[in-house]
Amino acid sequence: MASDNETGRYKTLTRRTAMLAGGQLTIVAVLVGRMYYLQVVESSQYQMMADENRIDMRLLPPLRGRILDRFGQELASNRQNFRAILIPEQTDEVEQTLDALARVVPFDDHQKRKVLREIARRRPFVPVTVVENLTWEQFAAVNVHGPELSGIQPEVGETRYYPYADQLAHVIGYVAAVAENEVDDDPLLQLPGFRIGKNGIERAFDKRLRGTAGSSRVEVNAYGRMIRELQRREGESGDEVIMTLDMGLQRFAYDAMGQESGAAVVMDVHTGEVLALASTPGFDPNLFNTGLSHAEWNALRSNERNPLINKPIAGLYPPGSTFKMMTALAGLESRIVTADHPVFCSGVTSLGNHEFHCWKKEGHGTVDMLGALEGSCDLYFYDVARRVGIDRIAEMCGRFGLGRPTGIELPNERAGIIPSTQWKLQTMGKSWQQGETLVAGIGQGYITTTPLQLAQMVSRIANGGHAVSPRLVRSAGTTEFSTGATPSLGISPANLATVIEGMNRVTNSPTGTAFKKRISEPGWEMAGKTGTAQVRRITMAERAAGVRKQEDKPWIERHHALFVGFAPVSAPRYAVAVIVEHGGSGSGAAAPVARDLLREAQRLDPLSRQAVSPSGGTGSGPS
Amino acid sequence: MVSYMASRHRDLTLGAKLLMVNWGLVFLVTLIASIGFAMLYSSAGGSWSPWAGKQVVRFIAGFIVMIGVALVDIRFWARWAYPIYAVTLIGLVAVEVMGSIGMGAQRWIDLGFFQLQPSEIMKLALVLALARYFHGISLEQVGRPLMLVAPLILVLLPVVLVLKQPNLGTATLLMLGSGAIFFLAGVRLWKFAIIIVAVLSALPVVWQFMHDYQKRRVLTFMDPENDPLGAGYNILQSMIAMGSGGITGKGYLQGSQSQLRFLPEVQTDFIFTQVGEEFGMIGGVVLLFLYVCLFAYGIAIGLGCRNQFGRLVALGITTQFFLYVFINMSMVMGLIPVVGIPLPLVSYGGSAMMTLLLGCGLMLSVSIHREHRLPRRVDGLN
Repeated sequence: MASDNETGRYKTLTRRTAMLAGGQLTIVAVLVGRMYYLQVVESSQYQMMADENRIDMRLLPPLRGRILDRFGQELASNRQNFRAILIPEQTDEVEQTLDALARVVPFDDHQKRKVLREIARRRPFVPVTVVENLTWEQFAAVNVHGPELSGIQPEVGETRYYPYADQLAHVIGYVAAVAENEVDDDPLLQLPGFRIGKNGIERAFDKRLRGTAGSSRVEVNAYGRMIRELQRREGESGDEVIMTLDMGLQRFAYDAMGQESGAAVVMDVHTGEVLALASTPGFDPNLFNTGLSHAEWNALRSNERNPLINKPIAGLYPPGSTFKMMTALAGLESRIVTADHPVFCSGVTSLGNHEFHCWKKEGHGTVDMLGALEGSCDLYFYDVARRVGIDRIAEMCGRFGLGRPTGIELPNERAGIIPSTQWKLQTMGKSWQQGETLVAGIGQGYITTTPLQLAQMVSRIANGGHAVSPRLVRSAGTTEFSTGATPSLGISPANLATVIEGMNRVTNSPTGTAFKKRISEPGWEMAGKTGTAQVRRITMAERAAGVRKQEDKPWIERHHALFVGFAPVSAPRYAVAVIVEHGGSGSGAAAPVARDLLREAQRLDPLSRQAVSPSGGTGSGPS
Repeated sequence: MVSYMASRHRDLTLGAKLLMVNWGLVFLVTLIASIGFAMLYSSAGGSWSPWAGKQVVRFIAGFIVMIGVALVDIRFWARWAYPIYAVTLIGLVAVEVMGSIGMGAQRWIDLGFFQLQPSEIMKLALVLALARYFHGISLEQVGRPLMLVAPLILVLLPVVLVLKQPNLGTATLLMLGSGAIFFLAGVRLWKFAIIIVAVLSALPVVWQFMHDYQKRRVLTFMDPENDPLGAGYNILQSMIAMGSGGITGKGYLQGSQSQLRFLPEVQTDFIFTQVGEEFGMIGGVVLLFLYVCLFAYGIAIGLGCRNQFGRLVALGITTQFFLYVFINMSMVMGLIPVVGIPLPLVSYGGSAMMTLLLGCGLMLSVSIHREHRLPRRVDGLN
């Protein structure tokens, strides 16, 4: 055992240990340096990333603004929605739980499959809505059976409710789940179960009704499970929308239409405020909120009475004889005819090799303009139209707002058609035929109008020739809307007076077409004009065989019945337009509805009563 | 039996040995382990179950074993170094064979009450065997390349077996730890240079033989944000946790990253992350300082020993300790790829705890028996 050797070995070991220790210290210094870099230099960046990791923003849906009628009656409100939700991870056997629930509340296999699919898609702690819109009794039952229903939680949410259902469906519209193409930058739309306005006022004022989202900052773990709420900011409820409608009159209008398909409009001739805008048949907008079945949707879609169409603004009908005021005014204003212009009506006239008939087979004899309006003589207006020409008639229609949307605050309004020589050339590439002028003179042929346009037209006649337009909304939130300027249409008062007198005779002269449907209460008398619009041309063969009675024809072939009017005659206030689809005749089907409506309007007299003033918002936050 | 114990010193009595135990080192070990208990208590969201409680029980068991090992005479370890190595190697082969005959890729032998991991024991057995070998040859002999063939085989056999498991972490530890012993024994530096060049040129070949998950770890290390929800998730979340801790940390039990389970399995290899998040840089540096004290103790014990075997054992184990700390912390802080190496005495896990305390026991044994002079030929085996 050489001691030198042992010493040499020890020396080497010591030297190398020192080198190793030096290396280790260097590495320790690197580790400390790395800590310094991560925890001091870059700390704020990692701090931010850590917060993003654990803090999740959750949106709180705001309460949708209510919709009220002019007197504060709730037309659309929010109702408590009693529902049962399931948190899958809180039950061992999801299917058993659902079966147990089915014994307590109505819950069929179809719903069960849907819920199971939903559960499979989501993570186990995400609540899934199992049943909604429970009655209080059902909700209480879920509460009572709580112990048997592990994982099921009773919950109260908010859902849109339309108390007047069918009667207002077309005006108010409805809310439904957001479609993919409707997603915009509002984060609320991403919220599962969020509903937006799909039609009517709900759609037109959706942004204002919607309100702004509240938010809740919650701490979550890596799996997204909420640990606790850090901060909560309540959203702002949507604006309250107050409408011009009088629900009393609206309900009356809807009911007055009975089982018929059609439209009834009542509006203020001076301000354009629409008091009733009924479309029949209706549908229950509440169904759209909860979700329609395929069968229900198809039934609505395929119904020949088109319950989904808002007929006052989107239904296009030939105005028929209600158009004769336009022909008359075009003639008078162009000074081509005067009020005493005489025409002999034999019941038929001819132009070229075409025959043109009056509705009255035996003819009216010689009539002037007042007589022609009173008796709705077709031959008289063929004559006036032929003399005046289609372009002057079209120009007059333009002044009264026909052929273009009225601009009412509802989606899907249609313009209708007022033809002219230029229009025909542009759309059909053909030149105008004089025979077409004759047909246009009595509101047939190419002409189509909406019932609201007719109400606007008759308002403009009744208010002395001012360009009033219909409007539906008085205020949204704190924003109040008022009737804009109603400039004069530049119609001579004398000519307007002639037309109004003609309309007065329709109802108040014993030989008027609607004398039997007059309002006899003194001071409430109405003036108006009947219209019976052919749905299809009556062929020569049919005419030869004798015109069939309307009642003998299939419903779809019968004439449309129209009536436009206003009351009281002495100081016009309320204008009305009624159309009963395939109602047979204006005097028979539409005039009684219009008469009842104008009488009820004057009885209720909403325009003389104090309307509510806007309160700002719905007030309270989500409960 | 007695002949080879040709020592000038009397054998120490048990009482004397207990007095000679380096209690400073024992205290340091207990202190570091206690930090581990506290962190595990926090990992579980402030609860003794499921980790902290078990860890305490394991530590107590390991502690008793450590003291037991410390009291065993250093000459015993020297004599049994090769047999221990041989048995452990057989154990490694056994788990390999068991794995290949369809018992799954398991790395342990189930002894019923305890799961023995040969690869863990090998970390110490290899140190003992190499120390024994270099103890037996002179510095001059160390200079002969042929004399290095035997120890290289001692190293490569277990390394290959461990790599096959596959356990990259342990293989790395075995190689680097052995390298340190070669270095301390006086192997010339140019030979290391040759080995390093050889290893570097072998890397492409190694890459070929690496498992996909190992390749992915390396690639992920290159760019962790490339795959933030996949393999890069751990590194990124770990760095976020450390970084967001700042200088003073978020406070005990307040680490959002670890408490909210953004870091999966934080209680094992990534426990240092939680130290960094809850106690900030101060906490990290304090823990690192405790480890440095531990290394210093180890080096002092090694240099204070009168026989080469004891020196190499103490320094070898110390180096291994250092490698654990270095690899684990570097990995957690995104300096090197993720390799499965725990933070010694702090990370949750029974096998590693046992190995480390056994290692401490050996260091203590070296310390107690530092005055023994061992003959170069310990027994007839050499």
